Amino acid sequence: MNSILVYIEINESGRVADVSLELCSKGRRLADRLGGELEAIVAGSNLADLEQQLYPYGVDTILYANDPRLSPYRTLPHFSIVDGIIRERQPEVVLYGATSVGRDLAPRIASHLRCGLTADCTALEIGDHTDAKTGKDYHDILYQIRPAFGGNIVATIVSPETRPQMATVREGVMRKEVIDENRKGTVVNLDANKYLRNEDDCLKVISRQIDPQGVDIKGASIIVAGGYGMGSRENFEMLYKFANMIGGEVGASRAAVDAGFCDNDRQIGQTGVTVRPKLYIACGISGAVQHRVGMEQSGQIISINTDPDAPINAIADYTIIGDVCEVIPRLMNAYQSCKQ
Amino acid sequence: MSIKIVVLAKQVPDTRNVGPEAMTPEGTINRSALPAVYNPEDLNALEMALRVKELLPGSTVTVVTMGPPRAEEIIREAIYRGADDGFVLSDRRFAGADTLATSYAISCAVKRLGHVDIVFGGRQAIDGDTAQVGPQVAEKMDIPQITYAEELVSVSEKEIRIKRRLSNGTEVVEAPLPVLVTVCGSAPRPRFRHAHLLLQNRHLEIPVWTADDVNPDFDRLGLSGSPTKVKKVDSVVLTQKDNICVENTQEALNSLISNLVTNHIIG
Repeated sequence: MNSILVYIEINESGRVADVSLELCSKGRRLADRLGGELEAIVAGSNLADLEQQLYPYGVDTILYANDPRLSPYRTLPHFSIVDGIIRERQPEVVLYGATSVGRDLAPRIASHLRCGLTADCTALEIGDHTDAKTGKDYHDILYQIRPAFGGNIVATIVSPETRPQMATVREGVMRKEVIDENRKGTVVNLDANKYLRNEDDCLKVISRQIDPQGVDIKGASIIVAGGYGMGSRENFEMLYKFANMIGGEVGASRAAVDAGFCDNDRQIGQTGVTVRPKLYIACGISGAVQHRVGMEQSGQIISINTDPDAPINAIADYTIIGDVCEVIPRLMNAYQSCKQ
Repeated sequence: MSIKIVVLAKQVPDTRNVGPEAMTPEGTINRSALPAVYNPEDLNALEMALRVKELLPGSTVTVVTMGPPRAEEIIREAIYRGADDGFVLSDRRFAGADTLATSYAISCAVKRLGHVDIVFGGRQAIDGDTAQVGPQVAEKMDIPQITYAEELVSVSEKEIRIKRRLSNGTEVVEAPLPVLVTVCGSAPRPRFRHAHLLLQNRHLEIPVWTADDVNPDFDRLGLSGSPTKVKKVDSVVLTQKDNICVENTQEALNSLISNLVTNHIIG
């Protein structure tokens, strides 16, 4: 079939999640490269405007299962729908957002289909592969690229023998691109009863507390990010003041989140969000690969670090060698005098 | 009022503290230079299992790990903290397994334990960060899964209520037993070792199970059972960008900021 299938995630307001539109944009390019179609699987309840939301991003076919049992998301009902559709339509590639939904669903499907799955890819490409042992050649397969081993290496993973080839991708990693506002496709309405089993209903959602706003660091044009070198949650307060002053948002490295300096909804990097602001100010961040993949496409990068050899300095446009607690107040002074 | 609990655990290289000595000059990893630790979220999983045991007296907690023989260290660690027993699944035929082959081997081992009510595991391991093995074990055992568990709300012999951490909030779900639960790092911290458990068990032999003990389909183990292959590995080489080193003085920082403002990078 050569087709690419994207699992569409629906957010609390019943709209297609950004990460899914990003995957459709990427999926369109992969489908063009393979000469195949881009299909989107949507499992939900009474959703509106799917066509207007999905076609501009290059989707050819929307496979829509509409059933009250499919909202809110629960593993087993979604598993049965997506697993059944993959068996029927035999896509080459299936993509999922690396969210709390995609990372719950995709491995269960990979286990059932006994196919390969690579988590948190930072790039996807099509290419050829020769198996080193058997010498067998594979044409046009999916390269699933991700940092590994604490970010000290970047690995290219392939699943040559099994189909589909599956990957999860974090929000913000791929660019959301409208292919054509007026593009049209087709909708296939699925009969959910054909796929759902009685036992899929065994888990009950008792209550949900969703923060619809959340922190939008992805949309910020200036990010002031703190790392382990900030030293404490109190010192992070300084970053909020500075970010607020210059119209930016605060981000954090994983080390800072793990240390409890900052909440994980501000985490930038492979296991957080990928950002591309105009200006990125890295404060006390050493710059492990997993962090850099999440911010290296920023317009301008300023690094503030006591260590002149910190890896982040290599990708910075400006480096300031010094203690953040000394440098940030000086930058704030500088900004205030500049604005007067 | 008692149930049977299994906790999955992994001994991992401590990738949080990778120093320069952990990388060889060729850019490959020198595993022996990294300390091996109990995967942090697996300790959160152990803690949740021990709380269930306290709520349902008479329940048992068995810890299962797959790895080299030295992984018995973490079984011992779990017993010092309150687990009843455990074993290491160790065999060269398991080597090279990706998450699919790993989950297959683990599910075969868990099935050998007879009826199990709850399987706990950490959400993910710090050396891979995939979060795949938990859901894959659940699928292979054909039981429901609750991932991203943050809080044990209630438990009985029949069902469990868990608060989950989602990307943008939380939810409370209830599932019938048997069920598999993966626990994230924001769940309650693990308890410490008990001195008396340490003294009592420090000479304990930890059983090692080989592939033959778990009756698997051998084609589904290790490298041959792994659909994903590593095509290539690039060590991360940083090419120095032309950058400007700004002195940490008020004058130098003034000119940096005014430069950014002039170029409309800061509004």
